[in-house]
Amino acid sequence: MKKPYDLTADYQPAAFTFANKKAVEEAIARYPEGQQASAVMPLLWIAQRQHDNWIPRAAMDEIAKILSMPPVKVYEVASFYTMYNLAPIGRYHVQCCGTTPCWLRGSERVMAACAEAAARAPDGLFTVSEVECLGACTAAPVLQVNDDTYEGLTPASAKELMALLEQGIDPKAGDKQ
Amino acid sequence: MPKLTIDGVEVEVEPGTSVLQAAEALGVEIPRFCFHDRLSVAGNCRMCLVEISPGPPKPVASCCLPAADGMVVKTDSPMVREARAGVMEFLLMNHPLDCPICDQGGECDLQDQAVGYGAGRSRYTENKRAVAEKALGPLIKTAMTRCINCTRCVRFAEEIAGAPVLGQFHRGEDAEIGTFIKAAVATEMSGNMIDICPVGALTSRPYAYRARPWELTKTPSIDVHDALGANIRVDSRGREVLRILPRLHEGINEEWIDDRTRFACDGLAERRLDRPWVRGADGRLRETSWATALTAAARGLAGRDVAALAGDLADVEAVVALRDLMDELGSPHRDCRVDGAVFDTSQRSGWLMNAGVAGVDEADILLLVATDPRREATVLGARIFRNWRERGLPIAVIGPAIDAPYGYDHLGDGPDALDRLARARTGFAKTIKGAQNPMILAGMSAFRRPDGLAVHRALHEAAQKFGATFNMLHTAAGRVGALEVGFVPGPGGMDCAGILRDAKALISLGAEVSAPKGCFTVYIGHHGDVGAAGADVVLPGSAYTEKDATYVNTEGRPQRAVRAVAPPGLAREDWTIVRDLAAALGKPLSYNDISARIEAAWPHLARWDTVEPAPWGPFGTAGPVDRVPFAAPKDAYYHANAICRASPTMARCVVAFRAPNSEEAA
Ligand code: SF4
Ligand code: FES
Ligand code: FES
Repeated sequence: MKKPYDLTADYQPAAFTFANKKAVEEAIARYPEGQQASAVMPLLWIAQRQHDNWIPRAAMDEIAKILSMPPVKVYEVASFYTMYNLAPIGRYHVQCCGTTPCWLRGSERVMAACAEAAARAPDGLFTVSEVECLGACTAAPVLQVNDDTYEGLTPASAKELMALLEQGIDPKAGDKQ
Repeated sequence: MPKLTIDGVEVEVEPGTSVLQAAEALGVEIPRFCFHDRLSVAGNCRMCLVEISPGPPKPVASCCLPAADGMVVKTDSPMVREARAGVMEFLLMNHPLDCPICDQGGECDLQDQAVGYGAGRSRYTENKRAVAEKALGPLIKTAMTRCINCTRCVRFAEEIAGAPVLGQFHRGEDAEIGTFIKAAVATEMSGNMIDICPVGALTSRPYAYRARPWELTKTPSIDVHDALGANIRVDSRGREVLRILPRLHEGINEEWIDDRTRFACDGLAERRLDRPWVRGADGRLRETSWATALTAAARGLAGRDVAALAGDLADVEAVVALRDLMDELGSPHRDCRVDGAVFDTSQRSGWLMNAGVAGVDEADILLLVATDPRREATVLGARIFRNWRERGLPIAVIGPAIDAPYGYDHLGDGPDALDRLARARTGFAKTIKGAQNPMILAGMSAFRRPDGLAVHRALHEAAQKFGATFNMLHTAAGRVGALEVGFVPGPGGMDCAGILRDAKALISLGAEVSAPKGCFTVYIGHHGDVGAAGADVVLPGSAYTEKDATYVNTEGRPQRAVRAVAPPGLAREDWTIVRDLAAALGKPLSYNDISARIEAAWPHLARWDTVEPAPWGPFGTAGPVDRVPFAAPKDAYYHANAICRASPTMARCVVAFRAPNSEEAA
């Protein structure tokens, strides 16, 4: 499970600065003059990649400042999308698809297998969450670990996958069948 | 201009009008939750579905569909009825249906529209979701499980109040309204969210569980907490005022009121003077009868040079009676500027908001002099904010910096900045010289100083030079009315400062001031505050909800407050107290009908809700202005007058919203 967000928790850093100023400028430049607020999504994404795969409150406030919008508007966007993590998250974010095609092909059992493996693993290694369609329905059931997709899973292959990850071995992404 | 047919009737509308508004113009009702005339269009509740042809064979949300030429709209076809019943069923799916314990019951859009358009029963058998309450301060009570996520409150906070701290977070079933972080909704307009929330999610905390709407007597009246004269509705039951709601007046408050206007009404039941009091030989005030009190007052005043002050909440009727009494007594010592403001009263345009409250919408540049509209006239502040937000109104401030939702240029702290502005050629000076409708808005702090008359003249000159309208923003509801009837020092008379220094006898019409030592003081008023505490005779008067009375707002608009409840105990209407006091002094007033007296002498004050324009002419006295910075406007928003100071709700607000530099003590 994802941790629930807590914007006042003590793990929140006091300040945040973008490491890659150029990427930020490029993202903003993609939108027409006066519409800079549109860059809120790419900026949130850049912040998340920079900061251990989660977005601290300081980063959202910094983005609000850069794009001159009220901070609350940034919080709205960040909380709407499941791809943004607002609390610390495991090294491997295991996102199991639970939408109909995957569900018909047994995603519930795959998810249960992942959750069980994650529960046994040391803290901070895995965060398992259910997501909507990952766009790879032809190979259902599907899950995504950080940037890679793993397809055609069974509970057994999911377990195997989790075991490899736990040992720090990078499993080959793609079809498992 | 697009011409369309709605339910078989053809109508032509302005381009850009939505189908919903076009139907409204025809008198065809389309149910809605998220749409609100004065907010941006969100289009998220789907209650306003209609059938459109030509177009896809599915219902369309009419609030966000611009009317187009040749459109044929059906608002009551079987398809529409079924679609609305469906939307209603979805909205009610997670709604707790707790109407019997909900304060919105009886005035709830959701209730009404469920009856009018709903299917009558639900097919939903799962568990309903529950949403945690949100801490929105001492004024708003939340029951967020009832929220239908229309986002009206979110848009209000951002677009009208200028406090963008509310938002809608998460998604789908988890979507909820809140502040996300711990943030106060710091606005003096928050009570309006209670009105615009179409369900019982946001309700009034002080009014919680007090009454049902159908038990209340509704009296249309006028507010007195600032000098705008917002139109209000007083809801009362028996002798108790239970709540105050806004009433539409496009020229003043539109459909908003500020929190003081709305929530200070519980102060009307506290610390009231409900019987006469006379100070005995031992120096203590004792309750007594009217006859004894009037005799005591007459005895104390007789043979002395009597002065008179009209306080901030004095109505025109009482002031006229008092003025006539002073004339009978032959005393020129009278004043209504009890906050110590000094300005020239000879020229009407010198003390009115000449451009009018609605004039703010037309202004293309605004100069604020020693005023903080957000706290001195909140609803006016909202108009300024709207002009700034929608049309980029350039704003500059002379005087202490203010905490406002709009951006502004800070030109300086004292009157010398006016001089600098007149000589400058760049920046704000350049903009103001090129503007069509420049507006200067000066607050009372600009005149609460020894060189007030010179500042007044300097402002006149600035207005001349820039072709700007001069606007005085009063803060006291009774002030302009008193100025209209000339309640200012007569020839050789003392002004407020003089009276408070040298008067030997004083009649105070609700002036919350301390009389000089040894001065015999008769206080006529409704609350036991500073004024009553130091008086020798206290005559109990009526508050604004307890009398039919005239108030003139800062733009010079006379309006009528209407008696909603009876005054408490032995208290009486103020002007009749003055009349009886005059009789006791052996100088009876020559009339019994105060309205006729006012109409004869000041006919424009009897033309209610009409502003008599003031001819422009010189005011103020030429002279050196001090370089001393203007003092900060009195930041006593929640404690501005005796009613607020008696209000438990206002006391809670002081604690909750205490500003760092505020004069207000908890
Ligand atoms: S609290 Fe009321 S106004 Fe705000 S979104 Fe919910 S239903 Fe709408
Ligand atoms: S439904 Fe699982 S990837 Fe599309
Ligand atoms: S009123 Fe049209 S969608 Fe809500």
